[in-house]
Amino acid sequence: MGRLSFAAWLYLIVVTAVAVAILRYAPIGIASHDWLGAYAVLALLFLVCDSTPTTLAARQSAWSPSSAATLAAVVMLNGGIGAAMVGAVAVLTLRRHVPLAERLFNGAMYAVAGYIAGSSYLAVQGTAGAFWPNVLTAQEVSEVHIPSPGMFAKVLVPFAVAALVHVFVNHGLLWGILLLDRHSRSAARRSASPGGLPQLLAYDIGFAGLGLVIVALWGVIGPFASAIVLVPLYVARWAMGQFAEQQRAHSATLAALCQAVETKDFYTRGHGDRVSRGAGMIARKINMPPNRAEAVTFAGMLHDVGKLGVPTKVLQKDGTLTEEEFAAIQLHPMRGLEIVGEIGFLNEALTGIMHHHERMDGRGYPMGFAGDEIPEFAKIIAVADAFDSMTSTRSYRKARSIEEAIVELRKNAGSQFDPKIVDAFISALADGRGEWKLQEPAQPRDYEILTSQDHDDPTSPLRVAPSR
Amino acid sequence: MGDMVAGAGTAPASLPASLPASHGVPRESEITVRPGQRWVSLQSVDTARLLLLGGTGLLVAISLAHLVGLRYPSVAIAFGLFIAFGELLRLALPGNRETAPIAMTAALAFAMVLDIARHNPGSNGTYLPIPFEPTQIVAVAALGMALGALPHIAAGRPAGISSMSARLVAIAFVAFVFRPMVTAGLLMLGSPRRAAMAFAVMALLVTLAWLIETVITAVIRAEDLRARYLVTLADELRLQWRLGLAVGVSAIITVFAASAMGLYELAVFAGPLFVIQLAFRRYAGIRSTYLQTVRALAQVTEVAGYVDSGHSRRVSKIALAVGRELGMAEPELLNLEYAALMHDIGQLSLIEPIPAGATIDVAGETRRRIAEFGAEVISQTGVLDAVAEIVRCQWLPYRGGAVKPPLESRIIKVVNAFDDQVAGSSDRDRIAAAISVIRDEMEREYDPAVVAALAIVTGRLPVSRL
Repeated sequence: MGRLSFAAWLYLIVVTAVAVAILRYAPIGIASHDWLGAYAVLALLFLVCDSTPTTLAARQSAWSPSSAATLAAVVMLNGGIGAAMVGAVAVLTLRRHVPLAERLFNGAMYAVAGYIAGSSYLAVQGTAGAFWPNVLTAQEVSEVHIPSPGMFAKVLVPFAVAALVHVFVNHGLLWGILLLDRHSRSAARRSASPGGLPQLLAYDIGFAGLGLVIVALWGVIGPFASAIVLVPLYVARWAMGQFAEQQRAHSATLAALCQAVETKDFYTRGHGDRVSRGAGMIARKINMPPNRAEAVTFAGMLHDVGKLGVPTKVLQKDGTLTEEEFAAIQLHPMRGLEIVGEIGFLNEALTGIMHHHERMDGRGYPMGFAGDEIPEFAKIIAVADAFDSMTSTRSYRKARSIEEAIVELRKNAGSQFDPKIVDAFISALADGRGEWKLQEPAQPRDYEILTSQDHDDPTSPLRVAPSR
Repeated sequence: MGDMVAGAGTAPASLPASLPASHGVPRESEITVRPGQRWVSLQSVDTARLLLLGGTGLLVAISLAHLVGLRYPSVAIAFGLFIAFGELLRLALPGNRETAPIAMTAALAFAMVLDIARHNPGSNGTYLPIPFEPTQIVAVAALGMALGALPHIAAGRPAGISSMSARLVAIAFVAFVFRPMVTAGLLMLGSPRRAAMAFAVMALLVTLAWLIETVITAVIRAEDLRARYLVTLADELRLQWRLGLAVGVSAIITVFAASAMGLYELAVFAGPLFVIQLAFRRYAGIRSTYLQTVRALAQVTEVAGYVDSGHSRRVSKIALAVGRELGMAEPELLNLEYAALMHDIGQLSLIEPIPAGATIDVAGETRRRIAEFGAEVISQTGVLDAVAEIVRCQWLPYRGGAVKPPLESRIIKVVNAFDDQVAGSSDRDRIAAAISVIRDEMEREYDPAVVAALAIVTGRLPVSRL
């Protein structure tokens, strides 16, 4: 969470105050040993789960099945107070480097979520005034509430309601603080990245049933129930960890291989990476759904892979190209497709790679598509591609300034680029000052290729000899 | 790498035969099992598989007859449907391993079911377990599996009969041990002591069931892959124990929780089981995506004209077969596969492709630079250091160098030299010629053990079918 904004502090204080107001009614003095013992075991289960979360695909979001303990408490400790007491244990989490404010907020959030879930459970069962934190009577906390065999049918619906309420209160409170806090607003946006929030919700709802399974198990084998459910949970945690690890490895490998392709040509080094980021900026600006926005960044990274299929002497040629040589250059989007076409997850990104040299007026290549025939991905990459080319140094000219490049993009909007995409890119550049990282100036080494003409540069089109 | 050895020039005419992999590549084929080939004729069905299928078929046939007079049909139907649901959600683990963890959980739980919401009260507060016969368990499990497999067959996917049979044998084992103990009144619920006793028996049985399933799977897999049986078994045990643990414990949880909650338990517990399986599915998915990406991007050297089209894939396929012949375990094989796919990536540091046919003249210094540059690219990923090391050492001679290159590098060196001469051709004479050329330089440049393995592997099947 980092340093909190004022609004976020206020929000934290309100949530904590509500949690404290609820926990004031904790029946510590009057509850039976059984009740307190069950509470202790469930609180421990919660703490173990909460202390060992897994990182999901979105880097920022950690997930743990701790809510199963809260939901078991909803049934066994009969309603809101017990569940709130279990959730409050999150304050003690054994995760390292958790700032005090975050501890406090997590504890308060889980306490409030547990309380509302437990109260809904009682309300659905028809208990009057379920939501008002009455002082529990000694009789109500004299025993652990486990439905007798065959009676579980009666708690199924109340339990399902409680589980849904818990999921939504939990995520609602969490989103509140992420949105109010300046520093973590980008984190909130990231958690909406592919497999972010929907995945979290699916995991939470899927796992909710475990709470009731713990209750049933408890009736047969006692507190040992909470130890035995940890086994499959830890296996799942291992798989999730492996997934995150492999995903990181995959991205790193993809980036490294793209870089290797670029090492050949000194002047285009880092081009794919910058186009990828530019495409991402545009995608966010036009509110593309997160999974498509991610796909377009892959397309940006890979868009020029096919240039490897163009003979080096053509790329290096200084002067007028023959028609054959120009045709060889025009082939590179298709060559790119040939290389990455089998990578299943790219899907729509492939259209971006194949058509990134189409023009709005239909004079582009390879297909000569015009206007809306051009896939959206290709339009986005075309803009980011040309912009990076113009703002990078070439052997025949110095890099242009960002302002000059913007003027050039505007000039070609409509004929070469989609004006909507150009506008989105320019306003994205204005929003995120400094977000655009220019090419680093350096001296080429002797074995490196120095391109003489840049096929991406709209200000100096390739010179092709007229056919005789 | 283009360190072609001698003579036997690459005739372009043979190239088309060398492009088997470019279309319809299986989604995940670290291990090349050939599903189409598996059921071509009875002759191609291996002995172990034939025994397994025959045995299970007989068992199922006998068991189905015992379904007559089944008591508590609702319990059997609920579990049967749960098994079908699990079979529908099969899980392909990395390395083309077909599993069905939810079906296995459901079937094990069904084999060990005690009482369901105290349907059957006995004396002194005990509850009599549901009296299923072991054959009835087997019959219901087989029917559930078949039902769940139908949509897979309809969708044109492999039926997965072998893996289903392996599961069914394990379930039959549990049923034939557990049900008689139940009938004898040794196992029931009602007191903590009885519950603990039941727990201990179940824990032992699910462990044995897992071992049985794993051993059968390993035997069949070793036959399919022509790998060594003990290596395959070790691979299976190492790769499957976590999932096996989760399945076994989940089955025990199901038995106990269902005794209190009744059949609702199956629906309630399906959610968590589904999420756990989803975690494994995503893991397997990213593994196959990773391989796909490396495989595709390794082609850049081919598109750029540095090497023959299809070279890196052929080298990786042959290298895998050789590695398996030499008894390498799966994690090493995966590194070998990545390294073989990317062994030529370092050629990108050359300004111009090495002209075809002149590769023999490439100086050792250039070969070293290609290897070093390739290793540098790969180590930039930060996660493939072992692979980078293999690529770095791929040019080193077997003897005479300061260091002995790792086995993986020696394999790539031999296979690369082989493919440079043969280029995917299945011409027997050409293969023999290439191997004899490599043999001539064996003691110094190439590892004799690797060359021997290559001769065995290429003698068995044409390269395009490896």
